[in-house]
Amino acid sequence: MKRAGFTTVWLPIALLLPQLMIIAIFFYWPAAWAVQSSFYLQDPFGFGSTFVGVENYTDLMTNTEYGKVARFTLIYTALVTFFSLSIALLLAVKADKVIKGAKSYRTLLMWVYAIAPPVAGFLGLMFFDQRNGPMTEMFQTLGWDFRLGADYNSTATAMVIVAVWKQIPVNFIFFLSGLQSIPKSVREAALIDNRSASGRFWDVTFPLLAPTAFFLLIINITYALFDTFGIIDTLVRSEPGNNPVTLVYKVFVDGFRGNDLGGSSAQSVILMVLVLLLTVFQFRLIERRIHYT
Amino acid sequence: MTDITETHVTSPAPSRSTKRIRWSQVFDHTILCTGAFFMLFPVLLVLMTTSFEDADIVRNGLQFGFEGQMLENFDAAMFEAAGFSKAITGTRMLMNSLILGFGFAIGKIVISMMAAYAIVYFRLRFATFAFWIIFTTLLLPLEVRILPSYEAIQSLGLANTYSGLIIPLIASATGTFFFRQFFRSIPEELVEAARIDGAGPIKFFIDILVPLSRTMIAAIFIIMFVYGWNQYLWPTLITTDEGMFTLVRGIKQIVQVLSQTGAMIPEYGKALALSLIAMIPPVLIVIFFQSWFVKGLTESDK
Repeated sequence: MKRAGFTTVWLPIALLLPQLMIIAIFFYWPAAWAVQSSFYLQDPFGFGSTFVGVENYTDLMTNTEYGKVARFTLIYTALVTFFSLSIALLLAVKADKVIKGAKSYRTLLMWVYAIAPPVAGFLGLMFFDQRNGPMTEMFQTLGWDFRLGADYNSTATAMVIVAVWKQIPVNFIFFLSGLQSIPKSVREAALIDNRSASGRFWDVTFPLLAPTAFFLLIINITYALFDTFGIIDTLVRSEPGNNPVTLVYKVFVDGFRGNDLGGSSAQSVILMVLVLLLTVFQFRLIERRIHYT
Repeated sequence: MTDITETHVTSPAPSRSTKRIRWSQVFDHTILCTGAFFMLFPVLLVLMTTSFEDADIVRNGLQFGFEGQMLENFDAAMFEAAGFSKAITGTRMLMNSLILGFGFAIGKIVISMMAAYAIVYFRLRFATFAFWIIFTTLLLPLEVRILPSYEAIQSLGLANTYSGLIIPLIASATGTFFFRQFFRSIPEELVEAARIDGAGPIKFFIDILVPLSRTMIAAIFIIMFVYGWNQYLWPTLITTDEGMFTLVRGIKQIVQVLSQTGAMIPEYGKALALSLIAMIPPVLIVIFFQSWFVKGLTESDK
């Protein structure tokens, strides 16, 4: 709050009201509803529900299917985060270095940001098509019997590649702006002290980029967990079957197709706790980040 | 040993070093070009494929080259009625997408600017409390609370309406948080001067604060427009009426139709053209307003 703020009482309340109302109806109420119904077992035909305590949670913990989905989500998130971060970092370092065409490279490398995940997934469907997709043909010449939608590992690979492709631009933009905010004097000092370019990168540039990288790590984990829903839904053609899916996708499938409200809500609550932890972690980092800049 | 050679061979040294620099530059450009190629090529190949006939695409998949079908395919994508009810055209979906993009971006900016203004500029006892209530929403993406949000919209009778499509997406604090940060960075003297000159809170907001936030508003607008345009899960749940489909929501329909094995040749050309139409507006906005967009993205997440 500003020290010299206005003292009117009714106006700020009126200004806050729309936001608070929307949040109450579409955020707090649904979140509370999810927590509450995670302790109940709903009748599939909508005739009431019975309190079952933590049974929905213990069911999930012992469910092998859920364990499998959780394991896939973990691996998927790790792969997407690792590849999209490292490729974007390489490109950003190079784009920061070149003098000619720097602007064109920036445009060419960032525009994919604007493509919607399901649209990217649809392109993936064409590229990994079982009969005549160019990527499928490439994998087959390499000796891998690639079958999207039929083989677990094939589908998982396609998901990772499309998700990485879609995420590189965001990471690239952040890394590049992080690199460009490194003061010229620091670079020049580093140039005098350290002759080798790679030594300079790891000793000077990378530590200065670390806050950006940590921040991006959280952003990428959140992306892989939630925002890739559209990619996954398109690549499995909305029919998960035996295909790999992520935890968020399972919330959706169990809640809307399986009509398992209690189980789906319990899964939602688990994800909420996960996001909560990630966010707390993220804000600790942002506090640190302010000290750097 | 090396020292001696270096001091002795003084004249050829510059040429050697310039040559080395050139090679490293070639290497840098190669990496950047490869990156740009992998970003661009998939979309370019899809664009080329839209110039082929459906039968060709069904037989051979994505095509490299140009044929004469592009106009027909885009024409069909935009104006030919499709869907189970034959009620939806590309133009209609484009309009729905624009309504969602603009409605979401404008709604979000207006509501979050108002809330941020109230939190930063007023001596309000519960300002901090209100901030935390709003702020907590950053913690939960819509995907996590999707089922109860759906129930809420259903019980309010807002399914298949634009309000039902837009308002729940606004229920997160990203905008408020961003404008709060920005308002706090504005010097305190400004509001003091305004008060001495007799400007009331509403006048100060409209005549001083809003014009001052112009570039910030533009940056946030671009990000929010793209975010709204690209929504998938929420529109998929909330719009069952084909007349309400957005382009991105339409992708699900396209995939389902193409996956059916029927007697007719699947309309791949039209489907690919539609997927391109779904990406053109947000891509153009991001490219043309690049500097605002980058500023908004990197500043807002700080």
